[in-house]
Amino acid sequence: MPINDQPVTLNGAMIAVRDLRKAIGDEQILRGVDLDVAVGETLVIIGRSGGGKSVLLKHLIGLMQPDAGEIWVSGKNIIGMSERQLTNIRQKVGILFQSGALFDSMTVEENIAFPLREAGMHDVRAMRARVNEVLEVVELQGENAKMPESLSGGMRKRVGLARAIIRQPSCVLYDEPTSGLDPVVSDSINHLIRRLQERFQMTSVVVTHDMKSAMQVGDRIAYLHEGRIYFDGTPAELQQCDDPIIQDFLLGRSEAAPHQDRAG
Amino acid sequence: MIARFFIAIGAPLVAFVRYLGEVVLLAGDTFRSVFTRRLRWRLFLEQIVEIGLLSQLVVIVTGGFTGAVFAAQTYFQFNKIGMGSATGAVVSVAICRELAPVLSALMVSGRVGAAMSAEIGTMKVTEQIDALRALAVYPIDYLVVPRALAMMISMPLLVAECIGFGIIASYLVAIVLLDINGTYYVANMVRWTLLRDLIMGVSKAFVFGLLIVFICCHKGLTTREGAVGVGRATTEAVVVSSLAVLISNFFLTMALNIVYPAGYQ
Ligand SMILES: Nc1ncnc2c1ncn2[C@@H]1O[C@H](COP(=O)(O)OP(=O)(O)O)[C@@H](O)[C@H]1O
Ligand SMILES: [Mg+2]
Repeated sequence: MPINDQPVTLNGAMIAVRDLRKAIGDEQILRGVDLDVAVGETLVIIGRSGGGKSVLLKHLIGLMQPDAGEIWVSGKNIIGMSERQLTNIRQKVGILFQSGALFDSMTVEENIAFPLREAGMHDVRAMRARVNEVLEVVELQGENAKMPESLSGGMRKRVGLARAIIRQPSCVLYDEPTSGLDPVVSDSINHLIRRLQERFQMTSVVVTHDMKSAMQVGDRIAYLHEGRIYFDGTPAELQQCDDPIIQDFLLGRSEAAPHQDRAG
Repeated sequence: MIARFFIAIGAPLVAFVRYLGEVVLLAGDTFRSVFTRRLRWRLFLEQIVEIGLLSQLVVIVTGGFTGAVFAAQTYFQFNKIGMGSATGAVVSVAICRELAPVLSALMVSGRVGAAMSAEIGTMKVTEQIDALRALAVYPIDYLVVPRALAMMISMPLLVAECIGFGIIASYLVAIVLLDINGTYYVANMVRWTLLRDLIMGVSKAFVFGLLIVFICCHKGLTTREGAVGVGRATTEAVVVSSLAVLISNFFLTMALNIVYPAGYQ
């Protein structure tokens, strides 16, 4: 498969976020996020549930508009772009939604072929060949005719992933690709993310709260805490970090845990 | 005192004006897309089936029974003063100008408008609308344009059908149950019903179709908060579009009566 032209970059970054702020209702979700994702790199964003990871990811392709800050994707500031102007960016950046967000009135095959059809492809046989090719990548061969409601959560996510990568974007955003899946499927998705990166030099941003997955796929890990990037480094650096907040997250300790535990 | 009055009235007024603005912007966006973007024929034809074809039974029953009952009531009154055979004229003019467009629009808003807001609202709360956007598809092109075009074509035809069945039903009731002379009935009806009465009904239908489609699609696109939100959006869509039909009908009657005056001249 050929990949898209290499993107124009800002200091070599596929995505650059500067001082991003967003409030929803009265709640300040993002309080000044700074983030860079280099071309071809896999960045993992970890953080507590409800910490704003999905919100941050949606900002990266303009699905939400921030209150303040800048987002550079492929060398262009996407803040204030109209929905039509964002189309170009969205053809280069795919997203896997936390829920899968499959079109429930369409079969698996129609879901996956949707981006091709919308891009003006009419050749039914070529389209089916492409669909089967990506179905194989996500290990769902032969499930073409199923409807989304008859799929398990993990299968839905993989169909969503197939749909996100069928146009060979240069960057894919994954929202919790492994949450709620059994360990075997989780592992196969982790390998898939690595494989896509190695085979097509895709840039990836993976949001997760699954530490095992984060260690496995991440070139770099960023910890989103209270609306800011609290930590940003390699998996090895993260494990050596003795900051108590990070340690609590890594070891899965709640604030209610006895204090002597935390000291150790 | 005065300040408090304006504060009390201000917030709902601002909300109302903002709502109107949103619906008008949606309509503007849709028309811009109709003229500048490629139409998705498959979706358009699906909506023609859904809105036009499958609403026929509802509209025929509405028209038929309204015509029947209106003929009977008119006859009961008119017969007392010996004008029984004028029933046909009264019924057909009323059906053309008011009853068919308004009642069909109310039925279509309940049948089609509710489905539109529920379907689009469900897509909204399950992130399918975001998925469309993320896949570089503008939701208005994909969801609203086919529905709006199908509605603009279907509504006038549905109302014409409603008028037809209303008149047929009134005729049957008149000659079979009410003993009116069929020839006089038809002669009076044809004499007093003019092409402009029909044009008025069909023009209203077109406007009602637009009101229903934009109000219901807007409710769907702005749905929030899960299944409860979808239910609320659907109810509101039907209530608001029905009220919009009834209220705008009054103003349409007054305005269109200048262009297409009622009565024989
Ligand atoms: N569309 C929305 N409307 C209202 N609140 C939202 C919306 N999306 C997210 N939130 C709120 O923003 C916060 C962060 O959510 P999210 O980004 O989904 O967290 P997570 O890190 O688990 O992905 C939550 O408190 C959530 O309630
Ligand atoms: Mg999330």
